[in-house]
Amino acid sequence: MAHRYKSDLTRDDVTPKDIYLNRRQIMAGAGGMLGAGLIGSRAQAQDAWDLTLTDYEDATSYNNFYEFGTDKADPMRHAGQMTTEPWSIEIDGMVDNPGTYSFEDVVADMTIEERIYRLRCVERWSMVIPWNGFELADLLERVGVQDGAQYVAFETLARPEEMPGLRVPIIEWPYREGLRLDEAMHPLTIMATGMYGQPLPNQNGAPIRLVVPWKYGYKSIKSIVRITLTDEQPPTAWNTYSAREYGFYSNVNPNRAHPRWSQEFERRVGGGLFARNIPTLMFNGYEEEVASLYEGMDLIEFH
Amino acid sequence: MEGADRISARPGPVAVLNGALRRVPPWVLYIAGAVWALWLFRLGLTGGLGAEPITELEHRYGELAINLLVAGLAVTPLRRFTGLNLMPFRRAIGVLCFFFVLAHLLVWAVLDVQTLARVWADIVERPYVTIGMAAFVLLLPLGLTSNNWSLRRMGPHAWRRLHKLIYPAAVLGAVHYVWLARGFQMEPLLYMAAIIGLLALRLRPASRATRP
Repeated sequence: MAHRYKSDLTRDDVTPKDIYLNRRQIMAGAGGMLGAGLIGSRAQAQDAWDLTLTDYEDATSYNNFYEFGTDKADPMRHAGQMTTEPWSIEIDGMVDNPGTYSFEDVVADMTIEERIYRLRCVERWSMVIPWNGFELADLLERVGVQDGAQYVAFETLARPEEMPGLRVPIIEWPYREGLRLDEAMHPLTIMATGMYGQPLPNQNGAPIRLVVPWKYGYKSIKSIVRITLTDEQPPTAWNTYSAREYGFYSNVNPNRAHPRWSQEFERRVGGGLFARNIPTLMFNGYEEEVASLYEGMDLIEFH
Repeated sequence: MEGADRISARPGPVAVLNGALRRVPPWVLYIAGAVWALWLFRLGLTGGLGAEPITELEHRYGELAINLLVAGLAVTPLRRFTGLNLMPFRRAIGVLCFFFVLAHLLVWAVLDVQTLARVWADIVERPYVTIGMAAFVLLLPLGLTSNNWSLRRMGPHAWRRLHKLIYPAAVLGAVHYVWLARGFQMEPLLYMAAIIGLLALRLRPASRATRP
């Protein structure tokens, strides 16, 4: 069932289209005359509630997709090599209709809608992205979740000949993520197939990715080839690498510091050299919608 | 006569290179370093460092500093093992290294972390920041005494002893770099290996070759 969640603002309310597509050029042009610092402050978010869209150019050139390298520009440089057509997703485990579904088949019955979400990376940068996608719950209902299933596990494509990052064991490949079933069924959780009204660029996880806006960005696994329903908490990439640093839940939480850095603040990408840090919001600003999922849970221990 | 001088006196590519380098005044390096630092800052202002220029500028200055650190540590082994004489540039390399460490630190504190309270909290609470700061503290007296006046005042013996602080500072710098990486990454480990390797070369007694 689509449209169960409605963000308070549409894209046009947030930023006029000509502005978000051209802010970089406007800044560069005006910066020469007036000093870029002054102009840079124009694009700045005053707090994390601000839903001014990140420039498309920034959202597609500043990415973490370690399969293509660890530099932020590596995904943009190398992800073009990834073959996304044909694409299929294996859906297995505790489902009524397991099988290999083609991308076209998966999206055929789904209602694609726009969701403007904050994206908060564990590294303390953030963006606001207009995703196009459908609720994961709709897909799960279609394949039929069996009684007893409690978790959903996801896997990213791992194709060494197209992904130079796989040569280095930065983390365990293939990249894996997982959600508790109630998190996966939550109306905020979507499978995105596009952003800014266009198909997902490869570096952003084409052709289909998860978006869980109240969790750190790495939970929103990209370029998904496998979805497994299971009754056990699945191993996930960063948690396997360091459980102390990256919990299974990974809910955005300013009160729980990453062992190597504080999570109290974040910086919106695109604010320039003098961008201000803004306080990070509990559950990335989606506390009202998702806090009930974690009632009675110690969110520091289960970080 | 030192072994290195013997080698460089022989005709050959190294001697030619040494001859050419002798004509390059060290201040060229200072100019190049300053221009490079300003150029990077300008790139950050005008969008040339990507969508998140603060972090990028911080990393670029830090990477330049650790490259210069490796270069500075390589001067003596290069002379000993290949005869290439970069001694006239060593001070400039060291001062520039200090300069880029300072720039890295300032970008981190002023543009990235932004408030004094949080700068202090990070130094106290985050081990990789603590270690980076310790490396800077060790470099501070070296940066301040890298001039002829200090060398004369201290005398070459004390000056040289003080400047051995570059060895622990280099190791701390490498640990700082390794520690902040997310996941298993090769580059910081290669720097660590290079620095440890260059320090290990110094364990070999310097005078053995010239003994009868």
